[in-house]
Amino acid sequence: MIDIILLTLLVVVAIAIIRMKDLFAVVMLLGIYGLLSASFFVAMDAVDVAFTEAAVGAGISTLLMLVVIAMTGRKEKTNRHKPLPALCIVLITGGLLIYGTFDMPHFGAADAPIHQHVAPRYINDSMAEVGVPNIVTSVLASYRAFDTFGEVVVIFTAGIGVLTLLSVARRKEDAEKISSINDSMHEQHLVIRIVAKMLIPFIFLFALYVQFHGDFGPGGGFQAGVIFAAAIILYAMLFGLNTARKVINQTFIQLIAAVGVLLYGSVGIVSLMNDGNFFNYNVLASDPIAGQHLGILLIEWGVGCTVASVMMIIFFSFAGRLELHQHNERVKNQESS
Amino acid sequence: MIAHLPILQVIIPLMAAPICLMLKRAQLVWLFSLIASGLAFAISILLLQQVMTSGVISYELGGWQAPWGIEYRIDKLNAFLLLIVSGISTVVLFAAQTSIEKEIPKNKHVYFYILYLLSLTGMLGIVATGDAFNVFVFLEISSLSAYALIAMGKNRQALWASYQYLIMGTIGATFILIGIGLIYQMTGTLNMYDLSQRLPEVAQTRTVFAAFAFVIVGVCLKLAMFPLHLWLPNAYAYAPSIVTAFFAATATKVAVYLLIRFTFSVFGLSFSFTTVPLQTLFMALGLIGIFAASTSAIYQRNVKHLFAYSSIAQIGYMIVGFSLSTVTGLTATLLHLFNHALMKGAIFLALAAVIYRVGNIELNNLRGLGRQMPLTMAAIVIGGLSLIGVPLTVGFVSKWYLLMALIEQGWWPVAVLILLGSMLAVVYVWRIVEAAYFKAPLDNSSPVKEAPMSFLIPIWTLIIANIYFGIDTRLSVQVAEAAAQSLFGVSL
Repeated sequence: MIDIILLTLLVVVAIAIIRMKDLFAVVMLLGIYGLLSASFFVAMDAVDVAFTEAAVGAGISTLLMLVVIAMTGRKEKTNRHKPLPALCIVLITGGLLIYGTFDMPHFGAADAPIHQHVAPRYINDSMAEVGVPNIVTSVLASYRAFDTFGEVVVIFTAGIGVLTLLSVARRKEDAEKISSINDSMHEQHLVIRIVAKMLIPFIFLFALYVQFHGDFGPGGGFQAGVIFAAAIILYAMLFGLNTARKVINQTFIQLIAAVGVLLYGSVGIVSLMNDGNFFNYNVLASDPIAGQHLGILLIEWGVGCTVASVMMIIFFSFAGRLELHQHNERVKNQESS
Repeated sequence: MIAHLPILQVIIPLMAAPICLMLKRAQLVWLFSLIASGLAFAISILLLQQVMTSGVISYELGGWQAPWGIEYRIDKLNAFLLLIVSGISTVVLFAAQTSIEKEIPKNKHVYFYILYLLSLTGMLGIVATGDAFNVFVFLEISSLSAYALIAMGKNRQALWASYQYLIMGTIGATFILIGIGLIYQMTGTLNMYDLSQRLPEVAQTRTVFAAFAFVIVGVCLKLAMFPLHLWLPNAYAYAPSIVTAFFAATATKVAVYLLIRFTFSVFGLSFSFTTVPLQTLFMALGLIGIFAASTSAIYQRNVKHLFAYSSIAQIGYMIVGFSLSTVTGLTATLLHLFNHALMKGAIFLALAAVIYRVGNIELNNLRGLGRQMPLTMAAIVIGGLSLIGVPLTVGFVSKWYLLMALIEQGWWPVAVLILLGSMLAVVYVWRIVEAAYFKAPLDNSSPVKEAPMSFLIPIWTLIIANIYFGIDTRLSVQVAEAAAQSLFGVSL
């Protein structure tokens, strides 16, 4: 029942997103879409995925898109291209997907191949082999650690890509001339600022909890990194970019992003040196289970570092562009008046 | 350490990328990247040797047994591809420092090398792995870095070209992911070898058919196979020249590899070519691709555009060879992978040198360059001859094998069409020769010098390889043939 309600809501929100012309509303709806998907994942007992979706889909991506909208304007431009051919392709693709569902094993069927082939070992033996109660973590961080490493590198790549395309070389004198976006807000929104100041330490604390709790429940480096970055972004939004830049040095976060990847990778290299295969945590300590614990702890830190710093890099690059954009507009206005 | 070579192949450029961020100085970063890429090349040679003598190498990541953990599985096919990708990457990188000096702002040089290494990592990872989901992860690494690298081009159009590629590439990657998801649902495994064992059981289901369709369309988007090629010409033309040289010689090759791997190894020959009418479809699309793209190439004014269309046509030849689904046909495709990498690597590097000296790459700018930059223009001409398929160049070898494969199956008309396609190549290569050697320089153009050594050495390395492997075909043919045979051995 709850599945049907959630799925209907998802469809309704998706249609609304397509029809809306106001981009601000679209971004808000995208956040809601993320939250609904997260709830749907919870209903399907995939709490780890749900947590990630809530943190990324409903959380940080909404924030980032808001920054973009601040630069591009709220209104969608009227499109001139013909939607009909595109619609045909979408219908064919959708039709093929539905066609593919006809022979799928039923949802939750115990005899489905996904429950029969690889999964039983994860469920039955992971406690003895990896020693972590959360099976999802043992799959992500140990059995398939290399995929997770790849994902971290994907995030690192995204960060470097954004830096390459959006970073503006700012000189000292420029930095003083360009007033930060939120300078005017210093006097306004007192309530929000005070509440945020009280909240931020708890957000940090929660991020750390999520970071360390990944072994036992939903959580881990990805979610923790995003939550940590969200706190910093909140701070930057309320107290001005320049204030935030004083707290978080830009070169420093780039360094941390690189260190995260290196930390993760060097766990693998240490296993190589101890005569194990890459990412074989068993050889990291004299006791295999202790080795697994150590390995997972370290790589989760690697993940957390890279994710948090890349999120911040993306935010600061976008916001830096925004500042420059507004500064140029202001200069133009002054010249014309 | 020999036992760990498969993983070192990927991990060395990967770990080098974040280290670059700490080195700061562009020149140092260049040297460091060159060493990393060179090491990867050396490893790929060792791996190929090892595979040719002692067969498939399996490497279990994390020490977990295959379907539970991720496996790197190096056979003759991937060892060959690893060699092509890392070799070209190293040669191209050699010229990178000089080339980006004029094309990319100074403060972005370090990022450029990082993205270059990440892109290399992504491609090597796709090729080396034996796990279907791991393919997707590394596909993301190579694609994301590719978008950023292309967007670094000097003109504003580079941004638009990169955006188009981003949209098409993301659709392609998503389709591949949907396909992998569906086959995982039907088999419960992600390991490619395991998949090939378990898929025949469920091959007659609609889900597997849908999965196959999604994977193939997704891969063909990445491959720029006609009619899904629309992103490629602009992406190649507006990217920084070094990036074009690197991608033209490697990126589509990796996609062709994925196509072969999924159809032959994962889904299996009988499913791919009997259940689904892939043969007729691909044969037709390959041929149309050859003619449509070659004809477009003739009408281009921008030389980078011209060779980008020629790349799409060359992909057509690979697809035709592939669609035959015979050992000789596949050998021809694999040979052409290797040979085309050599030709296009050389040609685009030479174009990079022209841009370095002249600043522009319209056909008119080439006027009189035959005298002013003799070595560079000679390289373009030899590369062009190789594209046409003139004897004593590598192009001849792969065309020869393709024709043999077609005649072996009695496809005479197609063989004739292939020869006609090569005639079109004569036309567009001639246009360049004409401009460079037979037309006087424009009045207002200032004389230019020959390209610096940092260009000439890598360009002529590739050109000499073009001629060497055109005469002494033992190495390339032996490896390609062995790889093709092993694919048929596994899947039959």
